[in-house]
Amino acid sequence: MIEISKISILGKIFNSLPIIILFISVLNEFDFNYLNFKYFSFNFPFILIFYWSLKGGEKLGYGLVFIAGLINDVVVGLPMGISSLSYLLICGFAVYLRNITLRPNLVKDWLFFLFTISLVNSILYIVLILFFGIDMNFYFLFFNIIFTFMFYYIFSYIFDYYSKFNITR
Amino acid sequence: MQTNRDDFIIAIRSAFLKKGNQQRFSLIALILFSIFIIVLGKYNFKGVNFLKLSIKEIVYRTTFIVSVPENFVINSYHTISDHFNLYSNYENLKKDYESLKATKLNADFLKSENEALKSKIDDVSTQSSELLAKVIIDKKSPFLRSVIVNRGSKDNVILGMAVLDEKFLVGKVVEVNYSTSRVLLLSDLNSKIPVSIEPNGVQSILSGTGSSFGEIQYIKEDYEIENNSEIFTSGSGGIFRSGIPIGTTIGDEEIGLDTIKIKFHSDFSQLRLVKIVSFEEVKQND
Repeated sequence: MIEISKISILGKIFNSLPIIILFISVLNEFDFNYLNFKYFSFNFPFILIFYWSLKGGEKLGYGLVFIAGLINDVVVGLPMGISSLSYLLICGFAVYLRNITLRPNLVKDWLFFLFTISLVNSILYIVLILFFGIDMNFYFLFFNIIFTFMFYYIFSYIFDYYSKFNITR
Repeated sequence: MQTNRDDFIIAIRSAFLKKGNQQRFSLIALILFSIFIIVLGKYNFKGVNFLKLSIKEIVYRTTFIVSVPENFVINSYHTISDHFNLYSNYENLKKDYESLKATKLNADFLKSENEALKSKIDDVSTQSSELLAKVIIDKKSPFLRSVIVNRGSKDNVILGMAVLDEKFLVGKVVEVNYSTSRVLLLSDLNSKIPVSIEPNGVQSILSGTGSSFGEIQYIKEDYEIENNSEIFTSGSGGIFRSGIPIGTTIGDEEIGLDTIKIKFHSDFSQLRLVKIVSFEEVKQND
């Protein structure tokens, strides 16, 4: 009985890894900035949320994504609600893509991801500049989109590999 | 054509309005709630401010703990690169030390002379009180350059206090919570500090660029600024006392732009302990 319950708990943790990693990434904001590569940064939560919303809604609850956004705003110092809005919009676009796709294709997903993050970051940029009067470096944002787009391809393979070990119990 | 439009609407409705299988909230409800929070935050609604303060206190502490493994990696990376650069650093430091020895003697003389003259003209001088703070979160977002320190309103930190790394200005306090505060670094795009460019004493505004260097703004074209001019706080506006060193001007050839760039004395990626300083004006004759 103990062994079964152990497997069950480990299985639950293993299955909840995407949401656990999302919370760690928003709390930790790991971005390799300490390497001091000029303009290098990417948005890992965008990749994670888009991928798992596209694959099916069970891994990421919208409520938890919303809370992760609030935490990200606090850590980064953005006005409250901005990241939640961008994360939820990404969820929405990914679910829309899932609904209209009959045969999934990584390249098409990848290009749609570029469209989604460009749109979401544009909304973020407009809201911060016009509504809150916070200055942002356009080039940083641009390169952030490019690197996030490029890293999606790599991370999608890693997430695909993880999906193969899905524990059902 | 009509069918395509219907399909699009159905897909959108299904994505945003319907609750998923294991979802407790619909996407549109949470999106509207986010917009509601953004609007309330813009107008400083008390409820949102209270929510912010509570979340901040919890999140800052949690982030500090969660960041321990990453900080270990970062510190190891810096330690290794420091070892590789040890000899060249030693050579540079030796040269700097020789030139600083001479400068210090000169500075000591000027300081005592300045104080004596100030007392003669009944001027005010400043007295500072310092508070040592530990940087608990140093996350360089591409959007905001700021750090979180472990001192807050319980330690009498107030908005606008200057933050120094040793003797060099690194930023100012822009948010105060009960036990933590956020420091906006000089490199942030939203940071604007009144400065004086020495030796000519040209007054200007130093702005952050979002990168590791700053930029001089609002300066008349007929003022000539030389390379390696020293930048100090000017004390205008009464935000900081005058004469806190900030950085030096660097030549256009290094950056490739027409504007005047500033290299900060302090490396903002290496901040561990900082001083939060408040200044008080004191009459010389008191």
